[in-house]
Amino acid sequence: MYHSDILKNMAKNKIAILSAMILICLVIICIFAPFLTPYDPNKQALNDRLLAPSMTHLWGTDQYGRDILTRCIYGCRISLSVGIISQLIATFIGYFLGVAAGYFGEIVDDIISFIIQVFSSFPFLLFAMALMYALGAGKVNLYLSLGFLSWAATARLIRSKVMEIKNQEYIQACKIDGGSNLRIILKHLLPNCIPMLIVSITLGIPNAILSEASLSYLGLGIPVPTASWGNMIAESQQFIRSNTYYSLFPGLCIIVTVMAFNMFGDGLRDALDPKLHSQKGGL
Amino acid sequence: MKSYIIKRACLALGIIFCISLITFFVLNVIPGDVVAAMLGDFASKDAIEAARAQMGLDVSLPMQYINWLKNILTGNFGNSYFQRKAVLTLIVNAFKYTFTMAIAAYIVAIILGLLTGIFAALYHDKLPDRILMSISVFGISAPSFWIAIILQIVAGLRLGWFPVSGIKSGIWWVLPAFSLGIRSAATIARVTRTSMLEVLKQDFIRTAYAKGLSKRRIIFVHALRNALVPIITILGNDFGVLLTGSMITENVFNIPGIGKLLIDAINRRDIPLVQGGVIYVAGICVIIYFIVDILYAVINPNIRLGGEK
Repeated sequence: MYHSDILKNMAKNKIAILSAMILICLVIICIFAPFLTPYDPNKQALNDRLLAPSMTHLWGTDQYGRDILTRCIYGCRISLSVGIISQLIATFIGYFLGVAAGYFGEIVDDIISFIIQVFSSFPFLLFAMALMYALGAGKVNLYLSLGFLSWAATARLIRSKVMEIKNQEYIQACKIDGGSNLRIILKHLLPNCIPMLIVSITLGIPNAILSEASLSYLGLGIPVPTASWGNMIAESQQFIRSNTYYSLFPGLCIIVTVMAFNMFGDGLRDALDPKLHSQKGGL
Repeated sequence: MKSYIIKRACLALGIIFCISLITFFVLNVIPGDVVAAMLGDFASKDAIEAARAQMGLDVSLPMQYINWLKNILTGNFGNSYFQRKAVLTLIVNAFKYTFTMAIAAYIVAIILGLLTGIFAALYHDKLPDRILMSISVFGISAPSFWIAIILQIVAGLRLGWFPVSGIKSGIWWVLPAFSLGIRSAATIARVTRTSMLEVLKQDFIRTAYAKGLSKRRIIFVHALRNALVPIITILGNDFGVLLTGSMITENVFNIPGIGKLLIDAINRRDIPLVQGGVIYVAGICVIIYFIVDILYAVINPNIRLGGEK
């Protein structure tokens, strides 16, 4: 399928366009975070504790007098980076294992298929908790553990796609021509799988963001005082009686971001390949 | 069918074995001396060594794994380092709460999801459909622990309808069940809607109308029964998801379930408890998936008659 077709298909889908615009806004907000807000996300101002939303603090302040809007903006950086990087890792692992299983078949396929089974049947969040406990809380460990745990769906998709195309004539021709396996995998199979990979990254990101929020909520993700939407919600919980807004805003941030990624991913999937109907497992 | 069940059971056993392997080695590479931390700063070297031998930590790691696995197979999950009780007792007690919460959420999810899905399908592309589907996108995107807090604020504190935190009787489960169930309800609603729309287009529905059957009967008996297969697929997977989801949401409501037990154990570095909890919940999830797979085979002749998925 040509790029112009994909763009044309996308342009028809108003919801996908809207979510793409939201995502672009979020990325811009993340990049220019320090210029968008006069406050420091971690600097305490104990005189301004737990203020309700006002003109000086649009979303109010938390129990240390930190501006909630500012912390949400910086939390966006964490969420997007965890979502994107962990899914890149997952897709990398998923692609190579999926290709190996589909391309080599036989015993390699049996082993990898079994590993895929193992990774897709254990409870995702439980193992994310165990891994984060073993590795220790922190951003890099979140990338690694969420990436390491969420490749199975991608691998399964790629495996069946590769099985479908590996016997086509141009692949056979390349083999007869003396093309090495690595060459076939990278030059011929990869371009065929790219649309699938893009869709699985886009639809994997919202799950990773939700998992990051859950882990941070439990204190196993991003350690305080670094702002993340999950740990902000955890901190806000003590103040639900007095400060409703405190809990409200970080949650709305999560919802908007996750919703935008989900709907953009759906649009992308329909535009790239209307037949491709896959869903990654989530929380 | 029998050979399918045996094959699937072997797979489930293999998966449980791999999970135990991964769990054990992941949790035992943690840096820091647990025994020293447990006995405190004033313990002598000898006392630490003795404690270590008593806990079976003085042999090599693979040996420790084999011993641990042997014990688990006989139902001995070891003792909690800090609570000085058998891990299994603690887990089984806590699991009751988690399981009840998952079941309660499951009921909410199924009823809410099916009704919403059917309703949306009946008003396909009209206002109720649009509104319900927008709400469902919202439901899928919101983390359950946040929904829980919002429900606490609105239904618990502002309106005062339900108790906010803890478990004393049936009514205390209402908020936890809803906050955990909404996400699954949204997924079920979407699948039900798609599946119902597919079925409602078919000829036998038109025939049923032509026969003069009541609309209610057509929808709930004829259409729903045929729309159920994809819905059941989702339902099966959802229970495992709810079980782990419950582990997070119960922290919001202060329910002494397995999630709270694990988080406390993690904070105290109580490794036997963490290990036992993880393997227990994972094992139960694998068993649930196994049962669900067998049920699919019963419903879906394609699998039953030997074809792999």
